[in-house]
Parts: sequence; structure tokens; C-alpha cells
Amino acid sequence: MTDEKIRSYFPQLMSERGGIRPVYLDSAATSQRPEEVIDAISSFYRNNNANPHRGTYTEAEDATAVYEKARTDTASFIGADACDIIFTRNASESINLVAYTWGMENLREGDRVVITIMEHHSNLLPWQRLCRAKGAELVYLYMNEDFEITDREIDEKVTSNTKILAFTHVSNVLGIMSPVKKLTEKAREVGAVTVVDCAQSIPHMKVDVKEMGADFIAFSAHKMFGPFGLGVLWGRNELLEEMPPFLSGGEMIEYVREQDATWAPLPAKYEAGTQDPAAAAGFSAALSFIQRIGYDEIGKREKAVYDYAVERLKDLSCVELYGPFDIERYGAIPFNVKDVHPHDTATVLSADRVCVRAGHHCAQPLLKRMGLNSCCRASFSVYNSKEDVDRLCESLLKVRSQLGLGDV
Amino acid sequence: MELDEIYTQVITENSRSKEHRYQMQAPSVVKEGVNPSCGDEITLQLELDGNVIKDAAFIGDGCAISQASANIMIDLIKGKTTEEAKRLSGIFTGMIKGDVTGEDELDELEDAQAFQGISHMPSRVKCAVLGWHTLDEALKGVSEQQ
Repeated sequence: MTDEKIRSYFPQLMSERGGIRPVYLDSAATSQRPEEVIDAISSFYRNNNANPHRGTYTEAEDATAVYEKARTDTASFIGADACDIIFTRNASESINLVAYTWGMENLREGDRVVITIMEHHSNLLPWQRLCRAKGAELVYLYMNEDFEITDREIDEKVTSNTKILAFTHVSNVLGIMSPVKKLTEKAREVGAVTVVDCAQSIPHMKVDVKEMGADFIAFSAHKMFGPFGLGVLWGRNELLEEMPPFLSGGEMIEYVREQDATWAPLPAKYEAGTQDPAAAAGFSAALSFIQRIGYDEIGKREKAVYDYAVERLKDLSCVELYGPFDIERYGAIPFNVKDVHPHDTATVLSADRVCVRAGHHCAQPLLKRMGLNSCCRASFSVYNSKEDVDRLCESLLKVRSQLGLGDV
Repeated sequence: MELDEIYTQVITENSRSKEHRYQMQAPSVVKEGVNPSCGDEITLQLELDGNVIKDAAFIGDGCAISQASANIMIDLIKGKTTEEAKRLSGIFTGMIKGDVTGEDELDELEDAQAFQGISHMPSRVKCAVLGWHTLDEALKGVSEQQ
């Protein structure tokens, strides 16, 4: 498939301003959406608009069918059962759900929650708050100087009083993968539940819940060509069955009396209030888009662009690159232009319609550990090309002089 | 967006200026300001003599806009009374919001007028006002003490 063909699926990438098209290098924040996803959302509002799981008329039945189809699509996409797929607003909410239900019920004073230093705040703050509320200890797995979390680090820190082991599948800043197998094995050994943040991995690679061997998996539709406002939590059935509800309200009940209530069976128990069937329709379309292109093709294209970007950026004397180069990385490259604050770099790039993120990337403890306050991040998706990398580099060469600095 | 309107010589030079960037010996007021969305941070230090800002300095880390703005602000408020400093801060914030456009008022801001163009870049407004916002917070503490 040609670069132009892939790009042409995404209307925003084709939109010219001042005669130039955008170079979108912020897919780790949110991906672009292909036309068919946008169409599916709009088609729901045009043809099937009603509140799912409420009315008995045809439109309401249609809305329910669209919404539930997204659930079965998601389930088959990750090798799960549909009743174990909970729709939330985003990956953050999915992780909060686990913290406030399983965590609140099961964590005791003196217990331990272990996470990695690479976590996005969404897989850090719910645990930090839970630990503070319960008098439990929050312990970090650190990387060694080669950016590896060693077996030794895991064996030392995942102790027998560890109740929760939460980790990102792929880092949103460094693009490196956690040692999933070792972590899930160790968790099983000590009897801890595992929560894996797949928000940054599932846009790039196949995630299969059985293969991963975790207890909970969270991700967001909007980072994988789907709509904003829809997140996924998959949980092991026994755990989802025994946990109390998170949010309560409409549709998540079996029977409500004046002083107590019983809960609906899975997955409705965790989906209080009106859900977003239009987003669900868009997500179904996003999943079939990924299946049509195929993870093999996605992976191959992204690796070629990623490797090319590293090679080109290494050659720019004004650029400082962070992270390891001898291990496989996915999606994100952190960097800075020497002596220039990342926000200024991003502003200069923006004048050439090159879109990169600048800041702490919702991973302040990681940045601090790397000795940085903030950095730029270029992140890639299937629609990026080597030409995008060339435009990034061309624009980066202007940054220092724009800020009144000479060559380095 | 014209980059040359944002990264003017006044701003790029002030962003690297060391003139007011140091740790003061015995400041009467120290206030930290952060811009949580991007991690810009400054620590503003004021030496007060009654209600006069006798000396001021800052240390910080952040983008050219936030650091230049803090440096220029210190140029402006040194030797002024706390009341005058608060008034200038009001004019600066008004200029950024686009509420203050009168030439006489803007002239009082001297070099700080260089940030007028930032009002067209919502994501950078917080950077330009960080120093001034920190000053407001610092002076709030002072007037509460007095």
C-alpha cells in the first residue's frame, strides 16, 4: 500500500492550509480518524439515534444492537468474552474503576502496590490515591541505565504482600515495552492482580488477553483511530463478578428498593447512565479498519518510519535524543533541540504545520528520573511516512536560529 | 501565525538574560509559580522595604516566553511600590486578554508590550502570564501579613 493511499483514508491529513498538508506526529496523544469512522458516528445519529437498552421501538433496538455490536467486536479483537468488556470514557476511567472497586475492597494497610516508573499519570495517580487512602505502600520498578526493568528489580520489589501490579504495556514517552511475561508470572507467584495499560500498545500491535495473562487490561478508542470518549476495560470474569459497582445510576441495577439495591449482571453492572452508542459505532468501524490494514502492515510501516526517524534525528547536531536505540521501540521518540525549551520548539515546528507534543507527557516522575522537566515527543502511526520525518528534520533545523541561537 | 512576531529579539534576548536570574541572599518574600500544563516554573524573590520592592530576582525553568516575561517583569517592578506593581500586573494581564488596548496604558509596560501578540496563541498565554501571576500571589501574601 502506498503512503498516499493510507494517508488518503484520513481527511484531516489531506487538509491543506496555506498550500501545505499537516505532518501529524502526535498520535500517542490521539490518532487521526479515517473517513469510515467519522461516517459510522454520523450514520448512527442519522439513522439509529435512540437511547440503547431503553425503548422497545425499532430505533431503540437498533441503537442497542449498534452499541452491543461494538462490545462483541472489541471482545473478538482482543480474544475475550463480550460480557467481560466494560465500556468506560477512557483508559484513565478504566483504571480508576479497578482502583476504586477491586482496590478499595481488597487492599489493606501494609500491603503493597507496585507500578513502573514509566507510567502515564493515569496508571499512577489512581494507585497513589488508593495507597494513601488505605495506608498501603506504592513501590516503583525502576529501569537500569539500559532502560530495562531487570528480573532482579522485579523479584526484589514484587514481594509477597504485593496485592496489585500495574504497568504500562508500552511507554507513552519512551516507546519501550515492559517485560510483560516476567511481570505477570511474578504477580501470579505472589498472588497479586495485574492491571495492564495498553493505551499505547494496541494502536501498534495485537493484544490478546489470554496470551498476555493479565487480570485487567485498559485502553482508549481514540488512540486507535476510534472516537473520543470511549474506553475499554477488560477484566477476568471472576474478578468482575465479585467486585462491587464503580459508578451507580441508570441501567446498572437489577432491583432498587428504598434502602438497598441489587446489581445487573455483567457488563451492565459497570455501565451506569446513558452510554455513547455513536462512539461505539465509530469504534466498531475503527476496529474493522485495523483488521483490514492488518497489524503486520501497521507494524512494518511504523518500524520503517521509526527507524528512519532515529537515523535522521541522530544526524542532527542540534537535536538530543532520549532513550535506548538497541531495543525495539514503538510509536514515540522523545527529544529536545539543544538549549531550547520544548514548547518553543513545538511552536516553531507548528509554523511549518509539523505537529509534535511538548511537555511532561503526563509522566512527570519518569521525566524527573530522566533528569528532564519536559521534552518534545514525535509519535508515529500507520499514516506517517519518511517524507513526514524529512519535514520534521527540515523544521527542526530552523529552531535555534528562530530563538536567536547559533549553530551547534 | 508569524514566528517573528512571537520570537522577537526582545523576547529571545530576555529569555537568556542572567540579569535578574539568581538566588537572592535574604528575600522578604519567596513565591513559586508553576504552569502545570507544560511544567514551566519560576521562583520569584522580592526584597521589600515597607511597601517598596527594593530588589527582585527569579530562578526558573521554562520556555522562552515564560522566562523572558519574568525577566522583563522584574525590570519593571524594581523600585516600584507593591500597589504600582499590582497595577502593572493588571495592565499586563489585560493586554494579554485583549481587554487593555489604550496606548498610554500599554506604554507603561515598556518592553513587556512585546508579549501582546501572545494573545492570539491561547496555548502560550499561561507562559506569558506565569511571572505576573506569581507576583500577584506573592503580593497577596504580603498584603495579608500587613
